[in-house]
Amino acid sequence: MLKLLPLIPLFPLVSSILLMVTLGKMPKRIVAILGAGSVGLAAVTTLLVGLAFMESGQPHHQILWTWIHVGNFSPDIAFYLDGLTLVMMSVITGVGFLIHLFSAEFMEDDASFSRYFAYLNMFVFAMLILVMADNLLLLYLGWEGVGACSYLLIGFWYQDPTNGAAARKAFVVTRIGDAALAVGLFLLFTELGTLDIQPLAEAAKSQWQVGDTLPVIACLLLLGGAVGKSAQLPLHTWLPDAMAGPTPVSALIHAATMVTAGVYLIARTHELFLLAPPAMLAVALVGLITSLMAAFTALNQHDIKRILAYSTISQIGYMFLALGVGAWAAGIFHLVTHAFFKALLFLAAGAVIHCLHHEHNIFKMGGLRTRLPVVFWSFLIGSAALAALPLTSGFFSKDMILLQAYELPKFGPWLWAGGLLGALLTAIYSFRLVFVVFFGETKMEPDKQPGTRMAVPLSLLCVLSLVGGFFALPLVPLESVFPVAGEHHPSHLIEGISIAIPLIGLAIAYFVYLGGQLKVDGLVNSSGGQVLKKFWFSGWAMDWLYDKLWVRPYKFLAYILRRECMDDIYNVIVKFCQFLFMALSRTQTGRLRWYATSMVFGLILVIALLQGVIQ
Amino acid sequence: MLELILFYMASTIALVSTILALTRANATHALIYLILSLLAVAVVFYLIGAPFAAALEVVIYAGAIMVLFIFVIMMLNLGEKGDRREKQLLKPQVWIVPVIFALLLLVELVLVLSKSVPATTQGLVTSKQVGLTLFGPYVLAVEIASMLLLAGLVGAYHLGRRYLEEGREE
Amino acid sequence: MDGVSIPLDHVLLLSALLFICGLLGLMMRRNIIFILVSLEVMLNASAVAFVAAGARWGQADGQIVFMMILAVAAAEVAVGLGLVLQIQRRFKNLDMDDANRMRG
Repeated sequence: MLKLLPLIPLFPLVSSILLMVTLGKMPKRIVAILGAGSVGLAAVTTLLVGLAFMESGQPHHQILWTWIHVGNFSPDIAFYLDGLTLVMMSVITGVGFLIHLFSAEFMEDDASFSRYFAYLNMFVFAMLILVMADNLLLLYLGWEGVGACSYLLIGFWYQDPTNGAAARKAFVVTRIGDAALAVGLFLLFTELGTLDIQPLAEAAKSQWQVGDTLPVIACLLLLGGAVGKSAQLPLHTWLPDAMAGPTPVSALIHAATMVTAGVYLIARTHELFLLAPPAMLAVALVGLITSLMAAFTALNQHDIKRILAYSTISQIGYMFLALGVGAWAAGIFHLVTHAFFKALLFLAAGAVIHCLHHEHNIFKMGGLRTRLPVVFWSFLIGSAALAALPLTSGFFSKDMILLQAYELPKFGPWLWAGGLLGALLTAIYSFRLVFVVFFGETKMEPDKQPGTRMAVPLSLLCVLSLVGGFFALPLVPLESVFPVAGEHHPSHLIEGISIAIPLIGLAIAYFVYLGGQLKVDGLVNSSGGQVLKKFWFSGWAMDWLYDKLWVRPYKFLAYILRRECMDDIYNVIVKFCQFLFMALSRTQTGRLRWYATSMVFGLILVIALLQGVIQ
Repeated sequence: MLELILFYMASTIALVSTILALTRANATHALIYLILSLLAVAVVFYLIGAPFAAALEVVIYAGAIMVLFIFVIMMLNLGEKGDRREKQLLKPQVWIVPVIFALLLLVELVLVLSKSVPATTQGLVTSKQVGLTLFGPYVLAVEIASMLLLAGLVGAYHLGRRYLEEGREE
Repeated sequence: MDGVSIPLDHVLLLSALLFICGLLGLMMRRNIIFILVSLEVMLNASAVAFVAAGARWGQADGQIVFMMILAVAAAEVAVGLGLVLQIQRRFKNLDMDDANRMRG
């Protein structure tokens, strides 16, 4: 049963290639069945393989063939199945299948239906390769693959140039991270001689001491790559603009899977990070600061998808925070629950957009509670999980992170407090969204209701968001992978505060947006408030900063060099030859006297030479 | 002693008349000066013991070739206009560069000559000696020279014929 | 007459000077007639050199070469003057600077 492992990425790959080859020629029903069905098959196979794995309890290593063989560098196409891989694969195929099903209805009016599914299947394939790879080079292959598919899918409606620009922005910004990751891989290979993950960890532990500079540098480089792909500070500017793609794409790529690739990378190489405490601190700080920044920004947005995008950035910050304090399992746990409720929220938002003829501004919507009940309940449950209200899946995972953060020796309490502030803001902005869109008077009537293919995934994800955290089920496979954290018993005060904060946030949101008791208009409309609002709205002016810092100088440089300076150097040779030509052709005058004079001159030279040479 | 003085005089006459020949405006005047130069050179030949060469110089060079020149110039009929034009053309910037080159060449040739071993002429070479050598070892040269003259004759005839014909037709 | 020793390099110097005069004339004059005259002067100068060399060794070879030079000069003058006639017909003047079109 475990040998079925290679089939899991194979199904979406075959489907994608088939769809690319027969682009536009197959009827939409067949395309949908092929596209969603392949991922569904992969999900079923994952389940079977997972059961077999849980039975055997041993990590499973399957080599397909040798990829490259150069000197003593020979990475294979090989898969490594352990608890972490299993968890990631389940999320990818499971949530992926639900999103594919949703897309079948969401995109049914689109002309490029098969192209969409081709790209989406290719993405699932690349992501599976990423998590199943047993060496960092194959992981990098998957890494690049998801980056390419992300570009293709963000710019899916390429006829609009803004979509193309958003896709380019995403690609370029993540590319910077990819470059850092590549350099990190080079460093690791040069120092440790291998890129296979398990031997790499062994070699690192034997060769490096805790706190050495080399592991710190390598881990910081890996962090650079993770930061790019997971949209953390400073490479986060691409994610809000990536909302230009279709909503199911945002759900799959920019909520559940691709943006979690960075988290997976750090979790996978946790042995290395354990050797570099400064790097882990950096991870935690990056996570925390990003989380807070994004939360403030989400509070000020009015586009439904952008709120969710900033929310994603913020939640991934939590995952980074978890990884940075050593709570590996908690981080992955949050990854899983986040996949559930964020995918749910995005799909619900997609349903809203789909049924409200592509309206994105939440202040133009209202009172949809009665009009779109399924969507309302989805949103409510999803937001509850996001805000980590008690007993939702999000509650369990976020709680675990915050408590383990508190336990950290030096900065623990500060990190915990920051995380709490983030949780408060999360609650506020998520319920702000719910109250504005679904309560109040109806400003816009939906022109259609979501069909079965939309409702079923939504319902399933609702269930998962609610119960997915119970018994810490996702944690079970991870026990064999990560070092088990010691038992903690935080004081009841800390626990109580952790539980209460989201509820306080919910209350604040209620009073401001629904009940109207808390009037913040005065504060908002004051001059200071307006400045702050604008600042937070633009994502802490990061786009403006990057434009001034990188984009303008680069364009200036390109403008200076537009005349191909290297060509000018070669042109000098050409010009010199031309000059010589013009000069020498002047000697061909056709005049007899001139020729005679030049002959005499030559005679003088020759006699002088002969006299000089032969004495 | 006497021969030496005569030699220097003849050389001077040759040089001066050559220079004069080359700086005249009128072609006929120049040719006359050239004939004078050739005669002086004939004297030099006689003085160094080559009377046959002297005779040939006078008879053939001055007597035939230069006369040919004069005939053709008279046939061309350049006239006064030609003279004035020639005078215009002898401006300073015309002759400065050639003179410099000529001086350089002169310096070089003098240097070459000064390195040679001093030698003197050996005595008379009679016509009989010349005749014996000419039709002895050098008889082939005679044949080739005659062929060359034939070629020259044919060429000159051909080139000149058109001129004469068209001159008559016009 | 018994050739009382005339130093050879003096005669060669005369030859050199005559040659240079001929070169000067070749470089300076534009009229084709004068160019041909200069050529004659140069030929004559080289003839002087040959005869002097023959006299130095007391042999007839120098004079024989002198005769060859004479033959060459004659042929060259004949053909050259024929060309001069053609030039006069074409350009209506004898200025060599006008004949500077290099075609074909």
